[in-house]
Amino acid sequence: MSGGSLILRSVGPSVSVQDMGRPGRMAQGISRGGAVDPLALVEAAALLGSRKPLPALEMAVSGGRFEVTAPTRIALTGAPMQAELDGRPLRWGASHRMEPGEVLSIGAARAGMFGYLTFAGGIETAEVLGSRSAHLAAGIGSALEAGARLPLGADPEPDAPAMVLTQDDRFSGGTLRIIPGPQTGLFDEATFARLSTTEFTRARQGNRQGVALESDAPALTSDKAKGLASDVIFEGDIQMTGAGTPYVLLAECQTIGGYPRIGTVLPCDLPRIAQAAPGTKLRFKAVTLDEADALALRWEAQLQAQRAKLRPLIRDPHDIHDLLSYQLISGVTAGRELEEENG
Amino acid sequence: MMLEEALRPGTAQAHSPQILPAGGDGLLVRFALVAEPRAIAAAQSFHQRVTESDLAGLREVVPSLVSVLLRFDPEAVTRAEMAERLETLLSEADWLSAAPHPAQRVWHLPVAFGGEHGPDLEEAAKLAGLSPQAAIDEITATPLSVLAIGFAPGQPYLGLLPEHWNLARRSELNPRVPKGALCVAVRQLVLFANASPTGWHQIARTAFDVFRPDQTDPVPLHAGDEVRLAPVSGTEMDALLKAGDPMGGARCEVRS
Repeated sequence: MSGGSLILRSVGPSVSVQDMGRPGRMAQGISRGGAVDPLALVEAAALLGSRKPLPALEMAVSGGRFEVTAPTRIALTGAPMQAELDGRPLRWGASHRMEPGEVLSIGAARAGMFGYLTFAGGIETAEVLGSRSAHLAAGIGSALEAGARLPLGADPEPDAPAMVLTQDDRFSGGTLRIIPGPQTGLFDEATFARLSTTEFTRARQGNRQGVALESDAPALTSDKAKGLASDVIFEGDIQMTGAGTPYVLLAECQTIGGYPRIGTVLPCDLPRIAQAAPGTKLRFKAVTLDEADALALRWEAQLQAQRAKLRPLIRDPHDIHDLLSYQLISGVTAGRELEEENG
Repeated sequence: MMLEEALRPGTAQAHSPQILPAGGDGLLVRFALVAEPRAIAAAQSFHQRVTESDLAGLREVVPSLVSVLLRFDPEAVTRAEMAERLETLLSEADWLSAAPHPAQRVWHLPVAFGGEHGPDLEEAAKLAGLSPQAAIDEITATPLSVLAIGFAPGQPYLGLLPEHWNLARRSELNPRVPKGALCVAVRQLVLFANASPTGWHQIARTAFDVFRPDQTDPVPLHAGDEVRLAPVSGTEMDALLKAGDPMGGARCEVRS
């Protein structure tokens, strides 16, 4: 059923439709692609009561101005960005209702890199090879331009209450857990150990394909890397260029490469590197294969965990035990107290 | 246990098949560190064996030059169990001396060498110690195998050429070769899926489109296919490019 259109009045330089990507096509030379922060799509699914992640607009650093032609709920997840609906500030990490004629303005990221705008009925652009994701490196689809109109699915439950959840923090750097990979054996013990004791900074170079890291420490190189046969590479691999600076591969990476890889970041920690803005501090921590495998969660399990965190966006006054300490306007709170509570 | 052991820094082995962890849900079976013929043949044979094996819990098989990546479903099988199943398959044969099965499909691709379609032909031939014509004759006489598909969608690595084609990549990147460029380095040819910067030498061009996202079979070439290059003139290539047919004059012969 049609849910009208999404109209892009203006749009930032790197906004594209992304879903969970095209897994299973590496033998055809196509990496998964899809959202670089899949957790943001899972959060949006929880907020909108969807049973599965929906295709969304992925917005790198800045969003744009958007209108819809039919009422729909939207979810704002991923990197928190300035957001207003007809001039009213909107809470990030929450769902909201949007009416035709209202203008949704999404500005700069306040932390992190990639924000996501999801519609309750989904974006219904044509699928290519089983996915609506633009894969810019593979030449599938493209970044969106101002004036574009995208078909939306109808919101199955437009009157459902607005919800909020506290997003898992992944916007301020921190520790990336890694396991060794097929080429870790090419590096000597001391070099591998130094990977975990060095503090890295997210460099300026980075996109949906990967992110470069910098440090003051000596280069992490292997003298066995010369003449190496090209081999399969995938999301999370920490590739060492000739200069010995790590480059962590993301969703839209190539599928075969020649540079040696010192290890692999766990899938659950990839949003943390994808969302690290230039200058953010990051560290690596080696874990065992058993630890890594215990942390491997499919999106179904992640969705269950996110659902458990949902709360109504505006709470019923009866549920607020310290009601008298709030400034009340017509029986509801202004909402700001909740923002402060959730940081 | 074996897996953790194989991963310790400083333990990379030049030979003998190794089963190595590869990311959150993968294992890599690797036959060598460099692209040597017997390891390439071993990877192709083992890929074929795994594809026919119907291993439970296996989600994706990705052949590469000297390795095969296997991605499993962590909810159906543990990493250790999958490693054990692969170990059993590996013990069936001496893969490094196994002769690969002959290719089922042979592609005949028209290519134009030299001139504007292959600006680096002369330089590459010289590095290989051949005249441009001798280089063309040798490359078209060599039965090439699709060693792997990757880097970009549908993009084949073809090989192996004779040892004197073990050319290094150019020290300066060519900022842009066109889609369809046929480039040579390290005894291999790559047929570019898209316009791309590269350090490989562009010796020829084809109008064959290796990636067709709007078609049911978006990637016509498969690892293990044989490829024969058929030289055509620059004018003929211009006509093929202009015609815009994704087959670019190619035909596929299926062996029974």
